[in-house]
Amino acid sequence: MAETTMTHTSQMEPRPAGWRGIAADWASDQRAFKNVSWGKAMMWIFLLSDTFIFGCFLLSYMTARISTRVPWPNPSEVFALRIGGSEIPLILIAIMTFVLISSSGTMAMAVNFGYRRDRRKTAILMLLTAALGATFVGMQAFEWTKLITEGVRPWGNPWGAAQFGSCFFMITGFHGTHVTIGVIFLIIVARKVWRGDFDTGRPGYFTSRRGRYENVEIMGLYWHFVDLVWVFIFAFFYLW
Amino acid sequence: MVDVTPADAVPPAEVGEVELYHPHSWWTKYVFSQDAKVIAVQYSATATAIGLVALVLSWLMRLQLGFPGTFDFITPEAYYQFITMHGMIMVIYLLTALFLGGFGNYLIPLMVGARDMVFPYVNMLSYWVYLLAVLVLVSSFFAPGGPTGAGWTLYPPQAIMTGTPGGQDWGIILMLSSLILFIIGFTMGGLNYVVTVLQGRTRGMTLMRLPLTVWGIFTATVMALLAFPALFVACVMMLLDRVLGTSFFMPAIVEMGTQLQHNGGSPILFQHLFWFFGHPEVYIVALPAFGIVSDLISTHARKNIFGYRMMVWAIIAIGALSFVVWAHHMYVSGMHPYFGFFFATTTLIIAVPTAIKVYNWVLTLWRGDIHLTIPMLFALAFIVTFVNGGLTGLFLGNVVVDVPLSDTMFVVAHFHMVMGVAPILVIFGAIYHWYPKVTGRMLDETLGKFHFWVTFLGAYLIFFPMHYLGLMGIPRRYAELTDMTIMTESAHHLNSFISIMAFIVGFAQMVFLFNLIWSIRHGREAGGNPWRATTLEWQTPETPPAHGNFGKELPIVYRWAYDYSVPGAKEDFIPQNVPGDFAPSREPA
Repeated sequence: MAETTMTHTSQMEPRPAGWRGIAADWASDQRAFKNVSWGKAMMWIFLLSDTFIFGCFLLSYMTARISTRVPWPNPSEVFALRIGGSEIPLILIAIMTFVLISSSGTMAMAVNFGYRRDRRKTAILMLLTAALGATFVGMQAFEWTKLITEGVRPWGNPWGAAQFGSCFFMITGFHGTHVTIGVIFLIIVARKVWRGDFDTGRPGYFTSRRGRYENVEIMGLYWHFVDLVWVFIFAFFYLW
Repeated sequence: MVDVTPADAVPPAEVGEVELYHPHSWWTKYVFSQDAKVIAVQYSATATAIGLVALVLSWLMRLQLGFPGTFDFITPEAYYQFITMHGMIMVIYLLTALFLGGFGNYLIPLMVGARDMVFPYVNMLSYWVYLLAVLVLVSSFFAPGGPTGAGWTLYPPQAIMTGTPGGQDWGIILMLSSLILFIIGFTMGGLNYVVTVLQGRTRGMTLMRLPLTVWGIFTATVMALLAFPALFVACVMMLLDRVLGTSFFMPAIVEMGTQLQHNGGSPILFQHLFWFFGHPEVYIVALPAFGIVSDLISTHARKNIFGYRMMVWAIIAIGALSFVVWAHHMYVSGMHPYFGFFFATTTLIIAVPTAIKVYNWVLTLWRGDIHLTIPMLFALAFIVTFVNGGLTGLFLGNVVVDVPLSDTMFVVAHFHMVMGVAPILVIFGAIYHWYPKVTGRMLDETLGKFHFWVTFLGAYLIFFPMHYLGLMGIPRRYAELTDMTIMTESAHHLNSFISIMAFIVGFAQMVFLFNLIWSIRHGREAGGNPWRATTLEWQTPETPPAHGNFGKELPIVYRWAYDYSVPGAKEDFIPQNVPGDFAPSREPA
């Protein structure tokens, strides 16, 4: 896939200034984004579309929350854990958020080592990222279990508005699905890196396209996006 | 006269060729094909097949409306199911799939000078997920309780309650699942179309040299990628309401004397989500039609499109504006009246870029060398029909006019004219235009003329009277109108007349289908460029284009797509890949 990035952009002619120049740049020969490969462009556009999905989910949740006529359960009490005899609010979520943000760090390092052609470190860091992601999903499963044993259901809960449970399970479930899919693909790409597919130019099993180390970065784009979405879910659901 | 400027110089190739996937067997060549052209035909055939189901459903509806009480098997429940499935199939599974999956797949790579879509494997998956969505949809006809009868808008709470057909059976579940699948499948294809246009063009093909067909399909695809998420979310939430008993859209409600478990949901929230998708959807169908019809008019009038840049900006402006008008579908929903003020304003503003487009089409025709070929006939019919449907849109965009007309036959007439008949006319024109490229043979002209006149005049005879019915106050979505006092005898006659016309127009479509199949073998040989057109798809070395589209070397583009009747040129068209040294150009600088 190395061929899908433009390397020599010196051919670009001078452009008019201002808005006309911007339009002329975008509309210029062969490709709108000169140094962006097909795969990366596709991932960015997919993420834009996915942003709208999460946006609609969160807006629907906000609509439900501000229009409810019964009390909304208090997140700091609902999401508290009893540790050492005292209720600590949001402790599990704090740890989960920490884990997920850390995984973004390991992912960024993997991208870096990928471009340095350091197969071993790239693969290890990707697997570490996947492990952190899996830990996140595991803790989410724990959180779900705890809430379910306390009587929270999609259709109701002991403390107030029924939409609390429905929004919670729907949004965290949808996000958790994204993380799970990310973990699976991290493992797949890590395996390719480990095996040296991107050095030997081994064609993909389904696509018969050759991959390259940029695939690690594209994978990273998705992973950072999933983290970023979590920050919004965290802010709007747990901190509100 | 317009200045004649030499075409721009073209920079040398900056990107090498990308390896294509080469099929190994009959299966990977014709069935699980990764070639966009094969995928396009698969999309089109599937969309047409399911569209025929929707056509038959419309006949059944017309049987009931035109001759009430005559057909015992059309119960009110069945009528609602027909109406729902007809609308949903036509809007999503036929029009969206055919314009974007069908024409998009076939024309984008050929018109931008690419070997294929950027990710052919994902493109192939897109079709198979679409097929799965269609199969799930079809399966609801055979499910217990039949398909959903909630109306194509699927408004809750009624969509998932007992009184609505399929509401407490499988119908609504299968409908929502099918939509979710459709959106997943579309996203895979849509990403391909967008990236191919943005990043996969051949040398010399700037965005401002793209044929307007590509501009229309491209903008519509971008819109679809941003609008379908709202429908996706709405479907997921309603599915949870129906299956798990959540209350996203369901308020506290009493059903047949029993209090349901739901509590505190907002039906209006669904309407907002649905129309945030639903209004852009109108333009997702209309913009490809605008683009295609521009190319048909220019080619068959042998004249460059008038105001190419304005046409492009109008497409973009319409696409952007269509995201801020959605609540004009909700004037009677009980939302705050100030919203109505805002949305009426934005709605009327859309008329400006739309009018620019119509004027430019007419000015392209002005003093053109008009060939009344069948694609041209359909293109002309489109302009007339679109103006007609668009004007009634101005009526309905105003709150005070919309409120009394809401949910009458006037609305039915309006949207059938503007987003039913008009885009379908373009689809027919486009099929007559590009069929020679797909098959290498022309469609039969006599059958084509018959098809055109019956369809065009028939569509008017069907939908024009509906405006009168609507102004009389005849409501839509009523299975039984006989006992209403406003339903005068003349209105009944009008209804019967509409029904008979619907059958005649439907019959003409069978003639068209016959033409499509018959001409594959027996049509006149077309040659590579029967319409003497400029765009790249007509310049392929083989017809139909072979795998990889352009032989060994990709074409280099030296000019815009509209060099027709350039003064001083030998022929009345100059293909996009003819260098500027050999012929002058009228491309705007």
